[in-house]
Amino acid sequence: MITEAPVDTGNYITSHYGIKSWLLTVDHKRIALLYLIAITFFFFLGGAFAVMIRLELLTPQGDLFQSETYNKLFTMHGIIMIFFFLVPSIPATLGNFLVPLMIGARDLAFPRLNLASWYIFIVGGCFSVFAAIFGGVDTGWTFYTPYSSTYSNTWVTVTAMGIFITGFSSILTGLNFIVTIHTMRAPGLSWFRLPLFIWSHYATSLIMILGTPVVAVTMLLVGLERMFRVPIFDPALGGDPVLFQHLFWFYSHPAVYIMILPAMGVVSELVAASTRKPVFGYKVVAFASIAIAVFGFLVWGHHMFVSGQSVYASLVFSFLSYAVAIPSAVKVFNWTATMHKGSNSYHTPMLYAFGFIGLFTIGGLTGLFVAALGVDVHVHDTYFVIAHFHYIMVGGAIMGYLGGLHFWWPKITGRLYPELPAKLSAFTIFVGFNLTFFPQFVLGYLGMPRRYHAYPEEFQVLNVMSTAGASILAFGYALPMLYFLWSLKWGKHASPNPWGAKGLEWLTTSPPPTENFKEMPVVTEPAYAYAPHKGVKVVDV
Amino acid sequence: MGSRLPILPEQASTFAGQVDALYFFLVGISLFFSLLIAGLVAYFAVKYRRRSEHDPIPKPATGGTTLEIVWSVIPLLISMVIFVWGASIFFTINRPPDDALEIYVVAKQWMWKLQHRDGQREINELHIPMGRPVRLRMTSEDVIHSFYVPSFRTKQDVLPGRYTTMWFQPTKPGKYHLFCAEYCGTKHSGMIGWVYVLDPPEYQAWLSGGAGEGSLASRGEKLFQDLACTNCHKSDGSGRGPNLEGLFGKPIELEGGGKVTVDEAYLRESILSPQAKIAAGFQPIMPTFQGLVTEDQLLQLIEYIKSTGKKDEPAAQPAGKKKAAR
Repeated sequence: MITEAPVDTGNYITSHYGIKSWLLTVDHKRIALLYLIAITFFFFLGGAFAVMIRLELLTPQGDLFQSETYNKLFTMHGIIMIFFFLVPSIPATLGNFLVPLMIGARDLAFPRLNLASWYIFIVGGCFSVFAAIFGGVDTGWTFYTPYSSTYSNTWVTVTAMGIFITGFSSILTGLNFIVTIHTMRAPGLSWFRLPLFIWSHYATSLIMILGTPVVAVTMLLVGLERMFRVPIFDPALGGDPVLFQHLFWFYSHPAVYIMILPAMGVVSELVAASTRKPVFGYKVVAFASIAIAVFGFLVWGHHMFVSGQSVYASLVFSFLSYAVAIPSAVKVFNWTATMHKGSNSYHTPMLYAFGFIGLFTIGGLTGLFVAALGVDVHVHDTYFVIAHFHYIMVGGAIMGYLGGLHFWWPKITGRLYPELPAKLSAFTIFVGFNLTFFPQFVLGYLGMPRRYHAYPEEFQVLNVMSTAGASILAFGYALPMLYFLWSLKWGKHASPNPWGAKGLEWLTTSPPPTENFKEMPVVTEPAYAYAPHKGVKVVDV
Repeated sequence: MGSRLPILPEQASTFAGQVDALYFFLVGISLFFSLLIAGLVAYFAVKYRRRSEHDPIPKPATGGTTLEIVWSVIPLLISMVIFVWGASIFFTINRPPDDALEIYVVAKQWMWKLQHRDGQREINELHIPMGRPVRLRMTSEDVIHSFYVPSFRTKQDVLPGRYTTMWFQPTKPGKYHLFCAEYCGTKHSGMIGWVYVLDPPEYQAWLSGGAGEGSLASRGEKLFQDLACTNCHKSDGSGRGPNLEGLFGKPIELEGGGKVTVDEAYLRESILSPQAKIAAGFQPIMPTFQGLVTEDQLLQLIEYIKSTGKKDEPAAQPAGKKKAAR
């Protein structure tokens, strides 16, 4: 199963040298690395804001920062983490690197567009970082009007421009993936032989190209009202503030699925490789991704149950929110069932997958609370919601991202990461995460509103627990940074297929050559065909 | 909650028990499924662990259609139970009883201004009688705020430019947190206050304490004259504008067809944007009062127009504990 690395120095990293060869590259693998560097910067920047938030909340009084500063901190934390880390995280790095490799293609369909999307991302990021450093913005990442369009005295327009610009990079990436997956699959790689990672990226791309234009236009409208007093959202001008919420959540709810679907794709790959079995109910899991993408567009109003929205609209949005929960639940059951009678191994990536399954399950189940109309009226805009979406977007998406990064690290860099510190990081992050965010469920139900700089004293014990957890979590996130860098120089050289995994990306060298494959792979078997598939009917649900 | 680490806020309204019951049901469901998944994962992880790299490749699972149906349908059924349960509570929360005590709320950065019909005004404090349903009619002078009383298990966004309402019925005397739950700018976390639920005798004492400026309606009446509304809206119907007496709650014909019921929203619109919906038979000659009347004054005018229909009710009770700061 494990073959020795063929002696071959001509890989995508060593093929060209010099900074120019990176900044002008059209190789999807190099662009993935450019994205990796950029989003790692944003992750630690957003993380730094989170640390400051947690430090302020250690005591009930707002004593560490001014209110203005605190409001800017949580705003920048949200904006950086969502628009500049989570949305691009898996698709732009692992997706960019792996989509062509997994389908046996030489590159994405539009390599130059791919590079352009990175530059657009960087330009958008510069706008927002510039705004953060020189002025700050205090509207919350949700930019609710008329606060953002009329009342805030901070750098709303610059930040909104950053988000507007970055949206285009998301749209181009989605477009590139869809065209690539449709037109560039290797001979024999039919739709139902595709790895589930590809299915989830396909679903994600659909949301990116359909949803992102809406948030981009919404940001533009906020900017127009701010600068030119064009009456759109501010009732003093004749606008409607709730209109903004509809437009904003029309993208920003599906955006949650942009963050979580790719992570689900990663987990499917990790579970299959660790159990040496096809993912149980392959077709169900594949269609569940599409179902989540489609239903995800129909539930935005569940963010607005107390906004003054019609009671009947709320009723429909609540119902549809339960509909979208089912495919997610089904995925969790399928991953669990895959482990049944598997040949289960527990390298770091699988530990992260376990972390994903555990935290995503809690995040998903607490979604049932906030989708329940009667309960949401109480917990809306409290720490309960904060805890819920961090379980999904941090517990789920980042666990998936890190699991995938460990799993494909040997393929990306040609080096193995050290297993022991990696296992320690997975464990530390899991513990730290739960200690940080579980108390926030209780805090929220007790009634602590979100975005509070100071809070009543009875909430302090739970806040101290949360801050203690955050310090453990910060340590857990710093670890991979250290040993990944270490492995670049001192890590063991990786064979083409160190995990003995199935999938076209494992057929080529680690790291792959610029052209990905020396010869065009031909696919003759379904995904995850660990057992010889001739004569064995692979489960086809 | 006597323990040092409570898990529930005080149950102080008729909603609290209902919301908490569904909450605990959800906690139970969540515990069950979390433990089920965690248990199965742990069991499979130990039982089917790879002992060596030479372990045989496992056979792919066969069948599974039944399982897929079972684990799709069961969660769907459970979630439908939650949906219906949650919706029924929501309808209760959104359907105020007719006999509710009406109080007006004007939110602004960063304070709550509350006006009782009898004339008392409060800031960041609300005194209400035990056991009596209370309805709040709320608006904002600037951005969106949200009126949230955790012990009552309800909240409602407060929007500029329109009225939203919420109601609750306190079940336990005491002092409860009032929070602004919708981020509203710099001092968002300072936009807090207290709701005092008083036993009826104490409430009566509170009502009669302090000097007032007359009831909301009487202040509205004075405003109605000061703004010269009476020049056109004459009570004998001979004015250039419709006679407003007793009009509240009734449907009227609109110029150009259509009907509208005269409610708070229509009155507000007609004062601020008089041209929007003209009553049939009248000319669009009324000037706008946008910028001339504050949100508080709007509520007084509306309260006055409402009161004109009910001649037999005593319109004013001289009372009022606090003078508003502005």
